[in-house]
Amino acid sequence: MDGVVQLQKQLVDYSASLFDEGILDEQFNQLQQLQDESNPDFVVEVVSLFFEDSERLLNELGKALEQQTVDFKKVDAHVHQLKGSSSSIGAQRVQKLCIGFRNYCEELNTEGCLKCLQQVKHEYSLVKTKLETLFKLERQLIAAGGSIPT
Amino acid sequence: MGMATESQFHVLAVDDSLIDRKLIEKLLKTSSYQVTTVDSGTKALEFLGLHEDDQSNPNTAPVFPNNHQEVEVNLIITDYCMPGMTGYDLLRKIKESSSLRNIPVVIMSSENVPSRINRCLEEGAEEFFLKPVRLSDVNRLKPHIMKTKLKDQKQENTDDDDDESGNPVLQSQEEHPQRQQQQQQHHHQHSNSNKRKALEEGLSPERTRPRYNGVTTVV
Repeated sequence: MDGVVQLQKQLVDYSASLFDEGILDEQFNQLQQLQDESNPDFVVEVVSLFFEDSERLLNELGKALEQQTVDFKKVDAHVHQLKGSSSSIGAQRVQKLCIGFRNYCEELNTEGCLKCLQQVKHEYSLVKTKLETLFKLERQLIAAGGSIPT
Repeated sequence: MGMATESQFHVLAVDDSLIDRKLIEKLLKTSSYQVTTVDSGTKALEFLGLHEDDQSNPNTAPVFPNNHQEVEVNLIITDYCMPGMTGYDLLRKIKESSSLRNIPVVIMSSENVPSRINRCLEEGAEEFFLKPVRLSDVNRLKPHIMKTKLKDQKQENTDDDDDESGNPVLQSQEEHPQRQQQQQQHHHQHSNSNKRKALEEGLSPERTRPRYNGVTTVV
């Protein structure tokens, strides 16, 4: 029993830190609230889609910004998508960076865009690692016979 | 007619983002709606039985039922920013269609642009949701569906001779054709003026106020 309590506390603390650090926002809570017995993997499923989608977009962004003549409309379209999906899962820092990114697109500023891309990649990597850790803690807790505190 | 059961309303959700489709589907199902999701305005119109040339062509093999309203849709919720046909374009096409114009339409967007919001509302959208859409937003859909259901029922009750699009039939087999026609026209005007009034009274603050994190308006 002690082990479960400890795991639970670990999970709660870790989760809280993600919100405190602004990595995740309220929208992530909303996702968790939507999860229920009929769809117990809902959050993991949506987040997995986010990972796939983001990696694709980051890839496309890299390629688009490498072109001799950068197609800023295309770059902006990709960033818009990334902004949307990060907003939908509550990846706050990624979303915020996308706003600045779009401004550089509007200004047709390649340097600015490249800088933003690096920052977005970094934050994306961070949120991915954090979420994977969070899911792992949840799995451990459930495996130990505990339940995820709501 | 025996199509949809009374207890479940059917919502058609349109969004080019897979993540957002998954999200809106979950939100709607959690609220006990039957849901169909499509990824474009074109597919939405196909599903609704409206074709480009507005004719049913027996030579094409439609993916979705050719006869309009075979699949009853009680509300359409669509993203604004989509490649090809935008949510606004879709809204217009729906409102221009005699068979579809009575279906309430709600627009979603990640961007809070007042002129965009106004344009959609003026074109006939019932509501405008800022993304990410939440359960509290979905809770606001019911009244729009019920309003249309009631209107449909009233029209059905007063006149059984309407053609399916709801246009008043000039020659009637009922005993009092004149009275009937007047009732229909009154109804049509009545519903129109109600809508105009809602717009003139000023958009309710809830619609246009940007939502802040953590604060949701409770209806």
